[in-house]
Amino acid sequence: MKKYDYTDKKDTRSGFGAGIAELGRSNPNVIALTADLAGSLKLETFIKEYPERFVQCGIAEANMIGVSAGLTIGGKIPFATTFANFATGRVYDQIRQSVAYSNKNVKICASHAGLTLGEDGATHQILEDLGMMKMLPNMTVINPCDYNQTKAATIAIAEYEGPVYLRFGRPVIPVFTPADQKFEIGKAWHVNEGDAVSIFCTGHLVWEAIKAGEILSEQGIEADIVNIHTIKPLDEEAILASVRKTGCAVSAEEHMLNGGLGDSVAQVLARHFPAPLEYVGVHDTFGESGTPDQLMQKYGLTADKIVEQVKKVMARK
Amino acid sequence: MSTSGFNTRLKTDADVDIRATYMELQQLEGIATAVRRDILRMVAAVNSGHPGGSLGCTDFMVALYFDIMRRKQDGDGKPVFDMNGHDEDLFFLSNGHISPVFYSVLARAGYFPISELATFRKLDSRLQGHPATAEHIPGVRIASGSLGQGLSVACGAAYAKKLNGDDKHVYVLMGDGEQQEGQIWEAAQFAPNKKLGNLTAIIDLNHAQIDGTTQNVNDNRDLAAKYRAFGWFVDEMEGNDISDVIRTLRKSQENPDVPTMILMHTEMGFGVEYMVGNYKWHGTAPNADQLQQALNGLPLSIGVTDY
Repeated sequence: MKKYDYTDKKDTRSGFGAGIAELGRSNPNVIALTADLAGSLKLETFIKEYPERFVQCGIAEANMIGVSAGLTIGGKIPFATTFANFATGRVYDQIRQSVAYSNKNVKICASHAGLTLGEDGATHQILEDLGMMKMLPNMTVINPCDYNQTKAATIAIAEYEGPVYLRFGRPVIPVFTPADQKFEIGKAWHVNEGDAVSIFCTGHLVWEAIKAGEILSEQGIEADIVNIHTIKPLDEEAILASVRKTGCAVSAEEHMLNGGLGDSVAQVLARHFPAPLEYVGVHDTFGESGTPDQLMQKYGLTADKIVEQVKKVMARK
Repeated sequence: MSTSGFNTRLKTDADVDIRATYMELQQLEGIATAVRRDILRMVAAVNSGHPGGSLGCTDFMVALYFDIMRRKQDGDGKPVFDMNGHDEDLFFLSNGHISPVFYSVLARAGYFPISELATFRKLDSRLQGHPATAEHIPGVRIASGSLGQGLSVACGAAYAKKLNGDDKHVYVLMGDGEQQEGQIWEAAQFAPNKKLGNLTAIIDLNHAQIDGTTQNVNDNRDLAAKYRAFGWFVDEMEGNDISDVIRTLRKSQENPDVPTMILMHTEMGFGVEYMVGNYKWHGTAPNADQLQQALNGLPLSIGVTDY
């Protein structure tokens, strides 16, 4: 198993904050919008340096999405920011009509996704957002895994013309990807070479997959670990190349199983290379209050759970 | 007669008086009649669509496109459409179900051939039941139909113009039933707070929606007082009087920091006697006999033809 070290722990939302601050300097068309969550989205630097390009919408997410669509008509690149729950489910129809169907260059940037939002509980812990967003035609969906990847993804989506959903989170987690990386939309990152099992992971579960890979490696099982940071368009080639080699797969994500990354992987395998697949994710239930670690344990979004699913799927080969 | 050459109000240089009227009222009324005939024939041809609001908003739309808006055009007077709409006035239709009047006015202003109106609501057409951008129909900048979203979009476009140092104006039309949507009131707070004086919103006050009168369905009560309380400059006009529309819309451009909300009094179905004031015609197409009866009451001006 390839060794991954980290010297620092940071939240992915801070990677977004750093990315948009850099974009502020390099791209005069970038506009940051928020619905009363500028601090949570780490927009302070952008606001300080470019106050005229910051649009505070107040607690009115539907309007923020519409205003963003309108800004694109004037050639602007709006980054509409709020919590993932309010950035998707609350405004699905606004995104559907004014952004996705109208194919507007709006970047919907969503923090506090999933269970790791923690103590606020299920009202705020959206686990369906990837599914809702990936179903929309024209929408690109990205779920980066650490500070550096989130920062790089933030910069990359400004270069891409079209609607994007960028999902990140609140917990402080290891920074293990390179600081100077170039983010390629739709191109999976090969975390580890292996031949026993494929692990397709995204977001906060990538670090868990690396830890799982280390545990498995000690047991003589070398996992092929692939980070699917872009949920849509899906890197089908990377998925198929891996499973042709390993013959079985586990998906891992901080999301509902219905509509998540695992669903997308299952579609690819069913159509092109039927093989056993097991899932790590949330099973058709809402979350609850607790610390992020407690919640990840309780809902089975851990390295140990990935190891368990690997054993299960390998037995089905 | 092609009417596409008449929009000469685009300010091409500093000497052009953009306040001047270049088209006689009679000509505008002639276009409005042709547009009404288009609307009726379009919805009758596919036995679907929304004639009532379309007919009620015809005079406003003709005044807006043929008199008020400063639009880009080429040397032959043909409109030039690009999505960004820099340095020209923009219009958004929020109540997308009155697409027939929008399409007809766009076609007669020269954005696309008027013959294309015959494809309305048919398979593979650029003229979708509700306005859309996916088929790249010139003149349409956003999809609309799911109500309540257009005011927000117009706010964004007006905001972008201010950021771009673009002194042109943004117009958006909404329905009165549409005022029941919550998003409208999010945008209603936003526009005055952001000092979007380059935004004029118009509400088609015909007091009718699918299920009945707006008063019975979910009363809007005093819209003028509501918008005033939100910080808008509120005005009123007679939407079926082209002169009053032009007069009122011109005035709305004079508030540099305050957006304007115009309550536009119209009659649903205006121009077709048996449709006037009857909400049944919100979303019902006339049959062949009814169509002929309606067209008989709308004689074309000399030189103007149907699509």
